[in-house]
Amino acid sequence: MATLVVPDHPSPVQDAESLRKACQGWGTDEKAIIQILGHRNAVQRNQIRKAYEELYQENLIKRLESELSGDFEKAVYRWLLDPAERDAVLAHVAVKDSMLDYQTIIEIACVRSSEELLAVKRAYHLRYKHSLDEDVASHTTGDFRKLLVALVSTFRYDGDEINVSLAESEAKLLHEVIKGKAFSHEEIIRILSTRSKSQLNATFNCYRDAHGTSITKSLLDDPADEFLAALRMAIRCITFPQKYFEKVLRNAVNKGRTDEDALTRVIVTRAEKDLNDIKELYHKRNNASLEHAINKHTSGDYKAFLLALLGDKEL
Amino acid sequence: MALPGDLDALTKAFSGFGVDENSIISILGKWHPEQRKSFRKGFPQFFREDKRLFERWDERHIAFLEHEFLRFKNAMVLWTLHPWERDARLAKEALAKGDYDILVEIACTRSSEELLGARRAYHSLFDHSIEEDVAYSVNDSNRNLLVALVSSYRYEGARVNEEIAETEAKTLSEAIKNAEKRPIENEEVVRIITTRSKLHLKAVFNYYKEISGTTTEEILASALKGSADEKNKQALTRVIVTQADSYMKEISEEYHKQHGVSLSQKIEETTNGNYKDFLLTLVARGD
Repeated sequence: MATLVVPDHPSPVQDAESLRKACQGWGTDEKAIIQILGHRNAVQRNQIRKAYEELYQENLIKRLESELSGDFEKAVYRWLLDPAERDAVLAHVAVKDSMLDYQTIIEIACVRSSEELLAVKRAYHLRYKHSLDEDVASHTTGDFRKLLVALVSTFRYDGDEINVSLAESEAKLLHEVIKGKAFSHEEIIRILSTRSKSQLNATFNCYRDAHGTSITKSLLDDPADEFLAALRMAIRCITFPQKYFEKVLRNAVNKGRTDEDALTRVIVTRAEKDLNDIKELYHKRNNASLEHAINKHTSGDYKAFLLALLGDKEL
Repeated sequence: MALPGDLDALTKAFSGFGVDENSIISILGKWHPEQRKSFRKGFPQFFREDKRLFERWDERHIAFLEHEFLRFKNAMVLWTLHPWERDARLAKEALAKGDYDILVEIACTRSSEELLGARRAYHSLFDHSIEEDVAYSVNDSNRNLLVALVSSYRYEGARVNEEIAETEAKTLSEAIKNAEKRPIENEEVVRIITTRSKLHLKAVFNYYKEISGTTTEEILASALKGSADEKNKQALTRVIVTQADSYMKEISEEYHKQHGVSLSQKIEETTNGNYKDFLLTLVARGD
């Protein structure tokens, strides 16, 4: 379930006017910006962008980019984009990152539905004049390239049909490959990147039934092995994304330095989807609410914005 | 007795690239029992003398005829199907038969949106994605290339980075010269060919031409040769039906340039009956 709280019938024109007012003059009225944008869904935000452009012949996103700064600006920028565009931007940043942020790429490729991923790829074509596949391919090598390109270029069957005997035989195959430890990555990549999500869930269930342990635990061999980490990440994103996101959020606030990029990414991309479920999982796992963690580890307008997206009634 | 001219006409009518229905109607349809009998006696390639004293139609020839009668129907169905369903069914059949060239053809000649449409139709028709079936069925070194080709969703715009195109042309050229490994087993070759946009690849191939030599291929020519096998004959139907709405004109012109005779004329000479008329109609759309 979503956490975003939205009023009944906002007026895009009024919102555009209020935002304009918030940006005029010496300072910027960040509270007003959060009050409006933090409570509008994707359709409404699009209408506001259009209305603003028509009224003032100016791009709202560019205006806000110049008015705001830091983590707050990054969050608002991503929030304002429509979901497919946003994922395209996130993916592009991830690909161009000198350290290759494979986590974001895997998230986008594996959590989004087939149609959503397609929309991301179209938005990517439009914005960057390249295909996402070609950029991921040209910035990676070896097994990482094989895995990431395969995950990104797939267009999975999205139905519920599963083949139980195939699930059993592929679970067996995966077990042999993992046990053998001479990882023929080809077969793992093939199965993980081409089978439908329903079929994969069936396969991983068969795996657990047959071997008493989940496939991700079996892949825990060498914590330093990034490829295995990527595989585990992909499997988690496919089978139980909310639990995966809970862990991302937990890691974002528990390490020495708060990872604002991760916080922003998860909260902004899930606020209209399943952030509520993620919040509940977070509370269960950490004996404290996500709002409490945000309160503790972030500050200022950035914090206020995240809390608004979390449905914090105070705002 | 059957007239020799009639016998020749009938031979051609059954000669195996579509069936000349009109000849069969006008000649065979008029024959009395004695004429049909002397036809059976005089045609050892169709009939043989059975030990129980009757002229028996050779089973392989019956199967052959059934196949040829179906050629027009297959062309018509292929033409009428929604292009997405058509390509999905062609791909499924190609996979089952191990005809990987057809997969390559579909993946490379369709636009990004057309290929995507075929992938959608494949979901509906077969409850699988095309990439999962290709990955599962192809177990040799062709797998990576084929999976990547059918999964491609290329940028279709005009932007090309000339520097990168030149570098990639060099990469290709070196990979091809390398005697130790087949080019399609080279990761960089697969990456370039399966992910880059078509305009970018055109630029790459132009630079490649400058560096080494050229290569060109023609499916149509082998299909229209006298000794064409079944695979090539099906290729004729497939290429004409799938290109009739897009590149037919260019293909005809290229054919004429390369072979000194028009494509229509060659089709007229080599094929028969309704099948022939159907193909000619499709080719004429390009004019």
